[in-house]
Amino acid sequence: MSSAGDAIRAALPSSDGEPRVCPYLMAGFPEPGATADLLLAAEAGGGAVIEVGIPHSDPLADGPTIQAAGRLALSRGMTSRLALNQVAQARSRGLRVPVVVMTYLNPVAQFGLEEFCQAAVAAGVDGVLVPDLPLEEMDGLGRATSRAGLALCTMVAPTTPEARLALAATRASGFVYCVSRTGVTGAGEPTEGAGLLERVRALSDRPLVLGFGVRLRSQVVSLAGLADGVAVGSRIVEAAGGDAPAAAVRDVVAELCGR
Amino acid sequence: MNGPGRLIVTAPPPRGRYGEFGGSFVPETVVPALQELETAAVEALSDPLFLAEFYGLEAGYAGRPTPLHHARRLSERAGRPVWLKREDLLHTGAHKLNNALGQLLLAKRMGKHRIVAETGAGQHGLATATACALLGMECVVYMGREDMRRQAVNVAKMELLGARVEPVGDPAATLKDATSEAIRYWVTNVRDTHYVIGSVVGPHPYPWLVRTLQSVIGSEARAQMLELAGRLPEVVVASVGGGSNAIGIFAAFLPDTEVQLLGVEAGGRGPQPGAHGASLGLGTPGVLHGSRSYILQDPDGQVLPTHSISAGLDYPGVGPEHANLMATRRASYTALDDRQALEAFHLTTRLEGIIPALESSHAVAAALRLPAAGGPILVCLSGRGDKDLETVLGWESA
Repeated sequence: MSSAGDAIRAALPSSDGEPRVCPYLMAGFPEPGATADLLLAAEAGGGAVIEVGIPHSDPLADGPTIQAAGRLALSRGMTSRLALNQVAQARSRGLRVPVVVMTYLNPVAQFGLEEFCQAAVAAGVDGVLVPDLPLEEMDGLGRATSRAGLALCTMVAPTTPEARLALAATRASGFVYCVSRTGVTGAGEPTEGAGLLERVRALSDRPLVLGFGVRLRSQVVSLAGLADGVAVGSRIVEAAGGDAPAAAVRDVVAELCGR
Repeated sequence: MNGPGRLIVTAPPPRGRYGEFGGSFVPETVVPALQELETAAVEALSDPLFLAEFYGLEAGYAGRPTPLHHARRLSERAGRPVWLKREDLLHTGAHKLNNALGQLLLAKRMGKHRIVAETGAGQHGLATATACALLGMECVVYMGREDMRRQAVNVAKMELLGARVEPVGDPAATLKDATSEAIRYWVTNVRDTHYVIGSVVGPHPYPWLVRTLQSVIGSEARAQMLELAGRLPEVVVASVGGGSNAIGIFAAFLPDTEVQLLGVEAGGRGPQPGAHGASLGLGTPGVLHGSRSYILQDPDGQVLPTHSISAGLDYPGVGPEHANLMATRRASYTALDDRQALEAFHLTTRLEGIIPALESSHAVAAALRLPAAGGPILVCLSGRGDKDLETVLGWESA
């Protein structure tokens, strides 16, 4: 029997080679109906797991690029339900790679934890990551995800002490997202990534995805043997905000993958 | 009374919970820092040397105790005795300095050399910048562009004091956006920076810590009522944005179950979405800025814009302890609108010779609407209104 997280683990196999690229898309950016196209474009470029952000009015972990994209998406009427619909649409058009929804606690709580997880699975979502839900408060979402068959991803930071790293690894049925430096998404070198990855690796057999501040192919290559996946957010969102978003997203992902 | 009132030091609530409210919902990067802060605060608040330094600054620098004033002409108007707790006379003109001094002493003790704060009306930013100047610490204050326009004098004061004031967001940005940005700055610089939140909001341990530091207001006011009025008040009234002056004065009266506690939110222009700041009266439970409380949000969990004539009440959330005091019916909450606050602003000025902050004017307005017969009303006059003159004059010429 398959369990939550199988697809994610299969898409991010551990190896000494370079990590797989995990592009991030802001749902509803640049248009409410654009995300299904962009999901397929990100897969075509070589994305191994795609993160889909559901916009929130107060995204505490995000920098200016993703904040602005979320604000625009909300102003154009994006909602949690419409975001899930976009994933479902991409699935019906043949999207195969795992999708992890990344959003904040309040939109999920207002949707209802159980209802959200059920709706996400029905839409073809594989996992969920909630950056402002600390490990100590994860019981409710943990139960809801496991009942729905959704993988729970957890987050660790360079400031996380060893005991909490172990807790994060235990909690995760999907990947462990390693934050590359103190800070928010976007600009800023991922200076503390390697050290953190080594510390988590010693404690966990979960796939490790490094994120925050990664925007170049050379950074992806430099993480070979350390990370299983590399999340790239702001750079992809910038591409989605330009002309011909689908082609731009596909090309940026392909470049990051070295294709 | 001699010397400042004592802090009401309680154990931090387990997991930061006030009933079903509170908690700590923040990105992992700052979770260890919050745990460290709780431990450090518990230690400091049981250390006689720390407390002596705090009380020393409160007395010799900030000007505590602040007076309790029997407002005779307002009493005539109310039909019952009205007493004003004069936090407007505290150095920098509002109760905010109690919290800023306490948190800065704590930050120094923790070895943090840089301070970040958010501000709405500018009073918390000003108090923090002032305390940073006094204690020789680096200070960054985030402020919404709309608030910088409304409170230009406070911006100038903060800069004179050596703080860096960072404008936030689009031209309509206010306290909510400034708070989000201050938290992001803290997430980025958490190793050497302490975040001085300005109200009883945010992730645990802040609601507890700020309440403890502001409880000096209530313990003073309670003792002064007994000394000067010869009895406890029948009602205690305070304005509620995030709710720090209200929690500060309520804290001392919580065990006195015969004393009614009344919080006053911003009714703004009316009850329609976006036109007020009445999180308790018109909001629903949700998570904003790291804690679960009543917030103003749409059905999708997106936080709504707010409005109040008073920048300090222009906030879509409220402290989790207030949410619990409402749920348990220990306190009640009402909202008064811009016009009613303005009317109370003028009455207090003309009848008592005290120009109150627009925040505090909401509390006076509520006091004047209580039934005319009854025991004494204690109002927390949380700040002075110099900062609001331009707003008041502009509103009236519009």
